Amino acid sequence: MKLLVNGDEREVDVEDDMPLLWVLRDELGLKGTKYGCGIAQCGACTVHMDGVAVRSCQVAAATAEGTDVVTIEGLGMPEALHAVQDAWIEHQVAQCGYCQSGQIMQAAALLEMHPEPSDDVIDIVMSGNLCRCGTYPRIRAAVKTAATKLQET
Amino acid sequence: MGRLKTIGRRSFLIGSATILGGVAFGTFMAARPHENPLTAGLGDGEAAFNPYVKLTSSKITLIVPHADIGQGVQSAQAALIAEELDIEVEQATLSFGEPSAAYYNTAFADEGVPFMSFDDGSVAETMRDVVGAVVKLIGIQATGGSTSMPDQYEKLRMAGAVARETIKAAASQRTGVPVDQLKTANGAVELPDGTTIAYTDLAADAARIAPVAHVALRDPSTWTKVGKPMMRTDIPAKSTGAQAFGIDIELDGMVHASVRVNPRKGAEMIGFDATVAKSMRGVKAIVPIKNGVGVVADNTWRAIQAVNAIDVDWGPAPYPAEMDGHWAEVAASFIDERLDDEWRADGDVDAILSTSEVIDIENRAPYVAHQPLEPLNATVLVTAGGVEVWTGHQMPRFVQQQVARVARVEAEQVTFHNQFSGGSFGHRLEFEHIKQATEVAMTMPGTPVKMTYSREEDFLQDFPRQIAMSRAKGAVANGQIIALSLDIAAPSVVASQGGRMGQTMPGPDAQIVAGAWNMPYDIPNLRVRGYRVPELGPISSWRSVGASHAGFFAENTLDELIRRAGADPMEERLRLVNHPVHRAVLETVAEMANWGVDLGPNRGRGLALVESFGVPTAEVVDISITNNGIKIDKVYVVADVGKIIDPINFENQVQGGVVWALGHAINSEITYADGMAEQTNYHAAEGMRIFQTPEIIVRGLENAEKIRGVGEPPVPPAAAALASAIFDATGKRLREMPFNKFVDFV
Repeated sequence: MKLLVNGDEREVDVEDDMPLLWVLRDELGLKGTKYGCGIAQCGACTVHMDGVAVRSCQVAAATAEGTDVVTIEGLGMPEALHAVQDAWIEHQVAQCGYCQSGQIMQAAALLEMHPEPSDDVIDIVMSGNLCRCGTYPRIRAAVKTAATKLQET
Repeated sequence: MGRLKTIGRRSFLIGSATILGGVAFGTFMAARPHENPLTAGLGDGEAAFNPYVKLTSSKITLIVPHADIGQGVQSAQAALIAEELDIEVEQATLSFGEPSAAYYNTAFADEGVPFMSFDDGSVAETMRDVVGAVVKLIGIQATGGSTSMPDQYEKLRMAGAVARETIKAAASQRTGVPVDQLKTANGAVELPDGTTIAYTDLAADAARIAPVAHVALRDPSTWTKVGKPMMRTDIPAKSTGAQAFGIDIELDGMVHASVRVNPRKGAEMIGFDATVAKSMRGVKAIVPIKNGVGVVADNTWRAIQAVNAIDVDWGPAPYPAEMDGHWAEVAASFIDERLDDEWRADGDVDAILSTSEVIDIENRAPYVAHQPLEPLNATVLVTAGGVEVWTGHQMPRFVQQQVARVARVEAEQVTFHNQFSGGSFGHRLEFEHIKQATEVAMTMPGTPVKMTYSREEDFLQDFPRQIAMSRAKGAVANGQIIALSLDIAAPSVVASQGGRMGQTMPGPDAQIVAGAWNMPYDIPNLRVRGYRVPELGPISSWRSVGASHAGFFAENTLDELIRRAGADPMEERLRLVNHPVHRAVLETVAEMANWGVDLGPNRGRGLALVESFGVPTAEVVDISITNNGIKIDKVYVVADVGKIIDPINFENQVQGGVVWALGHAINSEITYADGMAEQTNYHAAEGMRIFQTPEIIVRGLENAEKIRGVGEPPVPPAAAALASAIFDATGKRLREMPFNKFVDFV
């Protein structure tokens, strides 16, 4: 089947029900998207499908066909990072960093829908993303900084 | 404290002598330096000044041997070298290096010796030296116990200074300019006329001379990096998805595997039927391994699907199958035959308790899983010459040893490539997954095998934090605590872990009572005893190890006595605290939190102070009672680590430690049914999520004499401070974690 990932059309030969997560990681070599739980409890595998944040461990490959998939690798360019990535660096959010691709993808989608999110909205929308290192205070601050950056551009 | 020293020290000395086989021999051997692992691979014109700094004509390489499990230690190690080497960290290539005895961890000597952290008397210091010699002798290269900074603080600055002075000597030889007229900055030597020579241009010259032997370390007042806010080296890659972890390893011709091992940990597999799995797409092999079975496939998901399709007959657990059996064994352990040691005996507890109204207090701490977000994995390649292993691990040399045993080769034939870890919290001190990956890889020599646990398998195979219980008797009079007898029973985590590493651990286990026996209070009559529960299910170090249960027990007990005495939790602790560093920690947190202020209705405030890993840490927790349950509003934290390497990362680590501790105290435990963990994914053992996370206000102090690490010390006080706050708000005393068994949280 054909998948559109980060703007590139990619041909993969996989079962219809292989989760998009594993198509990305093991078939397409896009390792920025992480496996954490496999049951939509941790958010480490969050990617965008047609601009909406989804848990790629719960999206069958066949469902992703015909949609526009964006992963952390496609969110920003090294020379021009996405505002959320900039904010993540500025606040030095990461500790182990394993959950942060998912956190960043979720935050980017959040700011698309809520350009000026309240504290409650940040807490509610980001609650599906687990961080075992406990970087939540910095995630909150970074989301707000990213919102400001996006308003300015 | 007389008896503390006689009893604790005696059994400790016997234990140490058993390991050493004679102190004199150990000291002699320990004086010899280990071989520099960098010299073997040196090419012409390349210099390795010590095990940490390598210079070639094209690059500067810094070896930062402590494993980075999220605590930012790669960055901190590099900064310590760079500070004296006069380079910017970005100018160097950073490497975890190969496993070597040269990277032994000296700071482990401080943990486990039966002396107060601030006891710098000759006996205490001698014992630390003796234990330090043992650690060096057997070359324990390990990351853990919040020891990375104590271990590396001087060593790495010295490594940088030696390299710098040797490079300067080389520059002096080449130019004829005396060394004292040379300056260094940004990876270059500067001559008096302003011209510069890059270090890399001096590599061949430096390689020809012996490293300068005597170098003085710079005064901290001149530092430009250490102690100042830094950008962690791994932050950009971890903000763009570019950081590779062990699970992301990709090698030519690599296949993917997953295993299932008896969830009744340690028990055998009786048999299995892989008929269905064999015919599934992408499956290349079904491989029986010790106590389980693995599947090799062309994709991780296919391997996990197939291994889950195998019908397996598991043998019975070698420990109580049900939780009641575990608790019964712990409860039955407060007996003389199981006394592990009497760690503290101030005054005469029995005399006071026999003439007072006795307050009985029992506390419990459950098994808890580690569950870092990156599932355990290991990539193994077996060839005729040996074995190569890629994964993130805290004890590289033991990985070599364990893999060597499985593969029946010499440890020197095992090449280990340490990786960044997606968290650990103690989980990556274990070896079973690596051994299992090795077993699978041995069936296909020449093909690299990446073995990944499913999350469910990771939960089932997790050796959790020890189960533990305390029984205390206390007495109060005139608004003060006058006596406390605190008995703590737990299986020995050190023995459980050591047993899997083929090590016997003689002497009492300090982790049964860590954070309790050394409580920094002068209660006139105070006794702390540890009781060793025979091993139940296998257990392993969990962020803050023994202090995660014993620190909670000590402070939750103390807090209950203080409230029963009608005293103020802060005032009574300040009255009892027995050391100026600890007093300052309490006073600072009182000032930050404005202790004594009226919080208003439906609010509560609690306090706890625990010293663990030498770091006194005080936390004040503020909560609200809402219609949806208890909401944790704010946590104020003060910790004294002697010297803060990077204030930004310090704050992040402390906040993370508080989140870790509170999350698990609220909602996480591992329980056994039919010999298997009942919790197999995050929905059942969640930890904290962002909406539950309080505002966490952190301050670090630098009054203590010695530098300490901060990865673990913020953990132990948090649960006790929360229980204290819940009592303050509701009048209900929680004596068992997780607290959500008794109250609701937002």
